[in-house]
Amino acid sequence: MINLKYTIEGGNFTNAGFASSQVKKTLKQLNVSTKLIKNVVVALYEAEVNIVAHANKGEIDVSISPEEVKMILTDQGKGIKDIDQAMTVGYSTASQKVRAMGFGAGMGLPNIKKNVDLLTIESNVGIGTTLTMIKKLI
Amino acid sequence: MELNQVIDILNAKVVAGNASNFSVEKGFCSDLMSDVLTVDTDKMLLITGMSNLQTIRTSEMADIHCIALVRNKKATIEMKGLAMELGITLIETSFSMYRAVGELYASGLQPVY
Repeated sequence: MINLKYTIEGGNFTNAGFASSQVKKTLKQLNVSTKLIKNVVVALYEAEVNIVAHANKGEIDVSISPEEVKMILTDQGKGIKDIDQAMTVGYSTASQKVRAMGFGAGMGLPNIKKNVDLLTIESNVGIGTTLTMIKKLI
Repeated sequence: MELNQVIDILNAKVVAGNASNFSVEKGFCSDLMSDVLTVDTDKMLLITGMSNLQTIRTSEMADIHCIALVRNKKATIEMKGLAMELGITLIETSFSMYRAVGELYASGLQPVY
């Protein structure tokens, strides 16, 4: 089992994607198939950008076993008021700054769901959000 | 389509990476990075006017190895550095996205869908 841990700074678009990039490198070294790596890193990158776009700070914990990749992203921030609404394609509360970076079109969470086998979202308004994602490797 | 042909068609210049012995089979254009992340196609040319570090990161995650920046957008030094590190070829053209896409389509570059 490999465990990777990253701290994410809210609002810092310069470093956004660094954690996902490191996870991609690790999965490549482990000879995971290109298709599965893409599923994992697209979901992780969308979720990482969500922390940068919406939260004050966050943490990413990734556990890689031969069977699956489990990713837990916990942030401290404004939280999600209505998770069902947030899962709707096209719904977004992103700021103009986030939209100017090419995100905030209301596609992130639906795209995450499409790329992983399990997605759970727990959120408390004013406190933060935890995303748990699992991608099976076999 | 050979990347050198893409460069000729777009009157583009390579600002990072290598253009020789490199081909693309399909093209996709968007300024929305989440849109780009929904596409599951190999050997794809990304045509975009979104010029920032996340354009390169998005391409890394989506396994895109060539980006054409349109509307005379210029890649920053940081973008060029990251593209080189990741083996992504970055080209710049002064064409509008409409013209760039139209010329490439007319020359036979296939759409993703």
